[in-house]
Amino acid sequence: MLHWIGENQQYIYIVILMIFLGIEVIGRVPSVLHTPLMSGANAIHGVVIIGAIIVMGKAESDNYVALVLGFLAVILGTLNVVGGFVVTNRMLEMFSSKNKKKNPNEK
Amino acid sequence: MQQNILTLIYIIASVTFIVGLKMLSNPAKARNGNLIAAAGMTLAIIGTIFLYKDDEGNALHNYGWIFGGIIIGGIIGTLAAKKIKMTAMPEMVSMFNGMGGACAALISYSEFNNLYQVDKVLDSTFFLDVVQPLHYITIVAGGIIGSISFAGSMIAWGKLNGKIKDFSFKGQHFINMFILILVLVAATFAYQANIKSANIPFTIAFILSLLYGVFFVLPIGGADMPVVISLLNSFTGVAAACGGFLYNNKVMLTGGILVGAAGTLLTILMCKAMNRSLANVLIGNFGGSNIAKSTQSKSGGNYKEISVNDAAVAMAYARKVMIVPGYGLAVAQAQHACHELEKLLEEKGVEVKYAIHPVAGRMPGHMNVLLAEADVNYENLLEMEQANDEFKTTDVVLILGANDVVNPAAKTDPSSPIYGMPILEVEEAKMVIVNKRSMKPGYAGIENELFFQPKTSMLFGDAKAVLQQLITEVKML
Repeated sequence: MLHWIGENQQYIYIVILMIFLGIEVIGRVPSVLHTPLMSGANAIHGVVIIGAIIVMGKAESDNYVALVLGFLAVILGTLNVVGGFVVTNRMLEMFSSKNKKKNPNEK
Repeated sequence: MQQNILTLIYIIASVTFIVGLKMLSNPAKARNGNLIAAAGMTLAIIGTIFLYKDDEGNALHNYGWIFGGIIIGGIIGTLAAKKIKMTAMPEMVSMFNGMGGACAALISYSEFNNLYQVDKVLDSTFFLDVVQPLHYITIVAGGIIGSISFAGSMIAWGKLNGKIKDFSFKGQHFINMFILILVLVAATFAYQANIKSANIPFTIAFILSLLYGVFFVLPIGGADMPVVISLLNSFTGVAAACGGFLYNNKVMLTGGILVGAAGTLLTILMCKAMNRSLANVLIGNFGGSNIAKSTQSKSGGNYKEISVNDAAVAMAYARKVMIVPGYGLAVAQAQHACHELEKLLEEKGVEVKYAIHPVAGRMPGHMNVLLAEADVNYENLLEMEQANDEFKTTDVVLILGANDVVNPAAKTDPSSPIYGMPILEVEEAKMVIVNKRSMKPGYAGIENELFFQPKTSMLFGDAKAVLQQLITEVKML
């Protein structure tokens, strides 16, 4: 166990820091933005697409199970990323035009 | 060299995720935050496709398949996201979240298959001889969490668009626990099995995880779906992080854990907005239970109706009108009509404000998005505390398709399932006009005593039709 911790300390640091950062970063979000924020976070976990690309790119060209699984994974992952960001952008479009006009000085 | 460039790209992408998420929690910068995160994501994807090398230094191949998948997914995703109506946004988010979960599950499944193929030749090998325990744990964890997230999100999606009804039976929570234990048993069993037969318990673990996802969400009331989606969102984040461990890929790890942590906090914040605990949401069977029926039988008194004409007069000659929008307004797509009425009343010198309950509609912030779409001035939207201070000086409250968020039972009736949820105290106003399609109870399935109070008048009909009639009437005054 201790050995494992020593070997993987980078990852352990990343996980711990990211947990605190994730909490810190959205700690003061107004309830108005809950939905867009959820949607934005949804798009960000679409980073799983990178795993799908690796699976797809490593598959032997005669291994049809791996090819099909990887292909499906790439499609689904892309749906998550593209759909997530576009939906979030559509939601926010409605806020931002308003805000710029009405409260130019608000930070 | 290439590897170092890819590392740099991943670092930049990780930073854009963090900055993007930070900006998303600020109304003025949110949109740019989203774009920044999207740019980082694009960079990471392109970098992976062209620069990634595995441990032995082999580049990726199958470019045709990769680009094919990205193009298909990209087109469907863009079209779906552009076409969807603003009111159906919550289920769309749930749908995309499910896709991410499914993606993580498929990755795990095909990684498992890879392990399984490598040593196919040696018949008598045990699985645990060829695979490191931690490697196996990351594969299994990603698979299980991804499957649960996928199945759960699909159920949540079905519930939000009304295709799936709430469903619960006695002892369901024990059965859920039991399924979850079976999943772990099957996964452990696969690890100790002979390599030839390891795929059978592994597949069973997958199927049971899907089943668990279904049973996990089924009993939870439709009104709580936003909380569930947010929770499943953080699940998918963790599943993505498992993929990061699997491939020693730090951008997947940072992105996944970041969303996992932020999603969990967001879930808790949403629960707080409804003044309930997460455990209560997940176990509480909000809505369809016996308690709801007992409150139902208690009321059922007389209510009075008001004509469109009278309602128009009451509002046009009031000093201050407060509009309380709810899901009814969203379904009827009445946000534009609502804004038109607001402008007309303002021309007549009436002060018009909107009182937005944090969970009005189907998701927190849903109403703000809808009203913003109709160009309603951001400053006229009052949050709950502000609105509650102003109800005392309000002459007419117009409730458009909201129900549970104005139900006084939340303050007065400890047996009510929504007891303790902060509500908009509309009874403080001089007069309350409630627009609903019928006397049927709202989403939580409970009666609302407010409708039977002497101050309250009912104005039945579809929110949009009623608003248009009101506009015509007000114009004629």
